[in-house]
Amino acid sequence: MTTTLTVPKVKRSIFRRPRATTGFRSWFTTVDHKKIGIMYATTAMVFLVIGGIEALLIRLQLAAPNGTVLTASQYNTMFTMHGTTMVFLMGMPLAVAFGNYLIPLQIGARDVAFPRLNAFGYWVVLFGGIFIYSSFVLGGAPNGGWFGYTPLTSSPISLGALPGRGPDFWTVGLIMLGIGSTTSAVNFIVTILNMRAPGMTLMRMPVFCWMMLVVAFLTVFAMPIVTVALTMVWWDRNLMSNFFNAAAGGDPLLYQHLFWLFGHPEVYILILPGMGIVSEILPVMSRKPLFGYSVVVFSGIAIGFLGWGVWAHHMFVTGLGPVAVSAFGLSTMLIAIPTGVKIFNWLGTVWGGSIRLNTPMLFSLGFIAMFTIGGLSGVLHSVVPADTQQTDTYFVVAHFHYVLFGGLVFAIFGGIFYWFPLLYGRFMNEKLGKVTFWLTLIGFNLTFFPMHILGLEGQARRTYRYSEGMGFDALNLAATVGSFVIAVAVLLLLVNILVSRRHGAVAPHDPWDARSLEWSVSSYPPPEYNFEEIPQVEARDEYWHRKYTEDESGRLVRLPSGGADAPSAGAVATLEPDGGGEGGAVVPSGGGHGAGGHGIHMPSPSYFPILMCAGLPVIGYGVVFQNWYLGALGVLILIVGMYAWALEPSSE
Amino acid sequence: MEQAAIAPPAGGAHASTPVHAGHGDHETSTGVTNTKLAMWIFLSSECLLFGALIATYLLYRGRSKGIEPADVYNIPFTSATSFILLMSSLTMVLALAAIQRADYRRTKIWLVATALFGMTFVGGQVYEFTEFVRQGVRVDTNLFGSSFYLLTGLHGLHVTVGIVWLLSLWGLTTQGRLQQKDSETIEISGLYWHFVDVVWIVIFTVVYLIPR
Repeated sequence: MTTTLTVPKVKRSIFRRPRATTGFRSWFTTVDHKKIGIMYATTAMVFLVIGGIEALLIRLQLAAPNGTVLTASQYNTMFTMHGTTMVFLMGMPLAVAFGNYLIPLQIGARDVAFPRLNAFGYWVVLFGGIFIYSSFVLGGAPNGGWFGYTPLTSSPISLGALPGRGPDFWTVGLIMLGIGSTTSAVNFIVTILNMRAPGMTLMRMPVFCWMMLVVAFLTVFAMPIVTVALTMVWWDRNLMSNFFNAAAGGDPLLYQHLFWLFGHPEVYILILPGMGIVSEILPVMSRKPLFGYSVVVFSGIAIGFLGWGVWAHHMFVTGLGPVAVSAFGLSTMLIAIPTGVKIFNWLGTVWGGSIRLNTPMLFSLGFIAMFTIGGLSGVLHSVVPADTQQTDTYFVVAHFHYVLFGGLVFAIFGGIFYWFPLLYGRFMNEKLGKVTFWLTLIGFNLTFFPMHILGLEGQARRTYRYSEGMGFDALNLAATVGSFVIAVAVLLLLVNILVSRRHGAVAPHDPWDARSLEWSVSSYPPPEYNFEEIPQVEARDEYWHRKYTEDESGRLVRLPSGGADAPSAGAVATLEPDGGGEGGAVVPSGGGHGAGGHGIHMPSPSYFPILMCAGLPVIGYGVVFQNWYLGALGVLILIVGMYAWALEPSSE
Repeated sequence: MEQAAIAPPAGGAHASTPVHAGHGDHETSTGVTNTKLAMWIFLSSECLLFGALIATYLLYRGRSKGIEPADVYNIPFTSATSFILLMSSLTMVLALAAIQRADYRRTKIWLVATALFGMTFVGGQVYEFTEFVRQGVRVDTNLFGSSFYLLTGLHGLHVTVGIVWLLSLWGLTTQGRLQQKDSETIEISGLYWHFVDVVWIVIFTVVYLIPR
C-alpha cells in the first residue's frame, strides 16, 4: 500500500533526508536496485555458509553408524534449520538478488517500479533471518522440520510435544519472510510489465526476465497460502485452537494440503530463476541465439500454471484415495513435459555453436546434466507405487538436492562468474573458477548420488542415526566426504569473489560479446541511473543486433563500433566515473544527441524502509513471547515508518 | 571502485524524454500506473489469503462438537452491520467522484462517512465477538470457534486497516495536500476498500447464511 504522494513542499521534522550514495552509511538508506541486489546476494551467501555448516554437522553425524556428534534433538534442529535456511534465506534471496540487479538493466529501465519498497523487502529478509536465528539463544531453535507437519508442530505448548519457543519463531519468522518476498514479487511484476524501454515487447525480453515474472506471480499467489497455514499452527500451539486437533474433529492433513499447495510452487520459485540464468549464459557462450525462444518462454509459463496442480504428490502415502492419487500422478508426469522441452532447447542452443568452455559455461552445462538427473528421479515420484516405496527415504533427499543444488545453485554459481565483470569491472579468477566447478561437480555427486541407493535400500530421512550392519556405512561415509568437498568449493568461490573484486583482471567493455542490454551500459559497474538515454529496442537480443548484422549469404558481419550513429558513442565515453553523486543525479550532456541538458531524476535514499521494517521483528518477539506491550511497540514503529514513508516524496 | 569507462556501441539515437525512475506513472508500458497495478496484484494475493481461510471454514463446517453456529448467530443484527459495510462502498465511490471534480468539501465528507460506516461494522463485530464469548464460543471451544474467529477476525483487521487509511486521506485532504490531480490515491484506497467489502459478501454468505 504505497500511496506515494507527490507533495511540492514538505517540512521534514524527523530526519533530514539522507544524501550519501557512497560510503558505509549509504547502504542503510539506499534505494538503488543494484546496491540492494548486492545486499541480497551478500546476505544470502552468509546464510549459504550457515546452512552449509548445518549440512556438514548433519553429514558428520551420519558419517558412521550410531553417530554421536549430535543428540537427537540437536539433529532435529539442524535439519529443520538447514532446510529453512536454504529455501527461504539462501535460495529465494539469491534469486531476488539476480532479479534486482538485472531486471531493470535487461528491460532498459533506470530502477524498479518501487525503489523504497524494494529496500523494505531486503530489510525484511535480513531482519527475518536474524529473527529466526535468534531463537538459538532465546528459547530453542525450530525443530519441527522445514515443512513443519502438524499435529507435531501444532500440538499446544502445554502438552510439550515440541517444547521451547522454536516452532513459534519458525511460524512467525516465515510469515515475516513471506511479507518480504511478496513485496519484492509485486515490485518485480510491476517493473517488468510497466517499466520496459520503448520497443521492449514482452516477446523481446530476455528469458531471465520472463522467468522472474513467472516466479513473481508464483510468489504472490503461494505466500498467502502458507501464511494461513502457519497462522493456524501458531493459533493451535498458543491459543489452543483446534484446526489440526483430531480429537476435536480437526484435520492434520489440511495442513499438508495448504503447505504443499504453497510448497510445490515454491519449488518452481526456486528453480525457474536458475533456468533463466542458464538461458542467458548458454546462448552467449555458444555464440548462437537461444534455440526456440518462444518455446522456452511458454514452457516456463506452462510450468508456472501446472505447478499448482501437483502438490499432492508430496502426500501419496497419506491415504488420499485412488482417484486423487491417480490425478496427481498424471499431473506430475505432465509437468515433466515443459521441463523436458527446456532441456532440449538448451541442448539445441549449444549444438553446433562455437563454444567457449569457461567457468560460467561449465556451470551451465553442469546445470543441464544435474538437473536432468534430478528431473528423471522426479518423474519416478509420479509412479505412485514407486513413490510409496521412496517416501521419507534418502531417495527423496537425493532427488530434490539434484534439482535444487544441481539446478539452482549450479546456475547461480555460473551466474556469479558470468555477471561479475558487470558488477565490478573485473573478471573472477578463471583457473580458480574451473577448480571450483570440478570440485562442486565431484563433491555434489559424491554426496548426493549415493543417497539414491541408500534410499532404495531403505535408509529413512530425518532420522539421526542408523545401526551397524544395515549396509549403509560405506555410502554414508562417501556422502560425508563429498559434502566436505562441496564446502571447499564454496570456500574457493567466496575467496575468489572477495579477492577478484579488487584484484581481478580488468574486464574490457562487453567482455563476453553478450546479447542483452545490461552489457550495453557505459561503464562497469553501471552508473546509478543505468542508461544515459533510455534505449530504443528493435529486436530480441537487442545488444547483439547493435553489434552484428548478416551479409547476403547469411554470415555474421560485425558492424563498425557504434553502428549507425558512431558519434554518440564517443560522447558517452566522456562520462565521469560515479556520476550519480546526489539524489537528483547529474547526467553528462551527450554531445551529439538531443538528450543534452535533461537531468535524470533518480529516487532519493530514504531512512524509512529500514525504520518501518525494524517494527516487524519487534512485533515478532511480541507475538512469540506473547508480550503485547512489545507487540504494540512494534506496531507503533511500523506505523511511524509507514507514515513518514508515505509523506516523503520519492525523489527530490 | 574504478570503472571501465569504455564507449559502448550505442543504438538508435532516439532522444527519449527522461523517465523519472521510481515514479514513472505517466508513461508505463501497459498504460496502467505503477501503484494501481501493484494494488491489483496485491489484491490478487489477498484473494488466496481469504480463499485459504474460507476453504478451511468450509472444510470444517458441521464437523464441530458442542456449541453450534445456529446457537449463537444473530442474523438480523449481522445483516444490518453487513448492509452498512456494503453502503460504505457507495460513499467511497462518492468520495472519489468528488475529488475528481475538485469538490474537496464533499471529498472530506464522504471519506469520513466511509470510515464511520467501517467503524460501525467493526464495532458490530466487536459486540458480536463479545456476545459469542459470553455464550461460550471461544477460540479453543471447538472447530467452529477456531475457524470462525480466524476468518472473520482477519477480515475485521483488514477493515480496520482500511479505516486508518481513509482517515489518513481525510487528514491530507483537510491540509490541502490531496488535490484533484492526486485523485488516484483515493481511487487506489477505494480498490482496497471495495475488495474488503466483496470478501465480506462471500464470508457473510458462507459463514452466516448457508444453512448447514
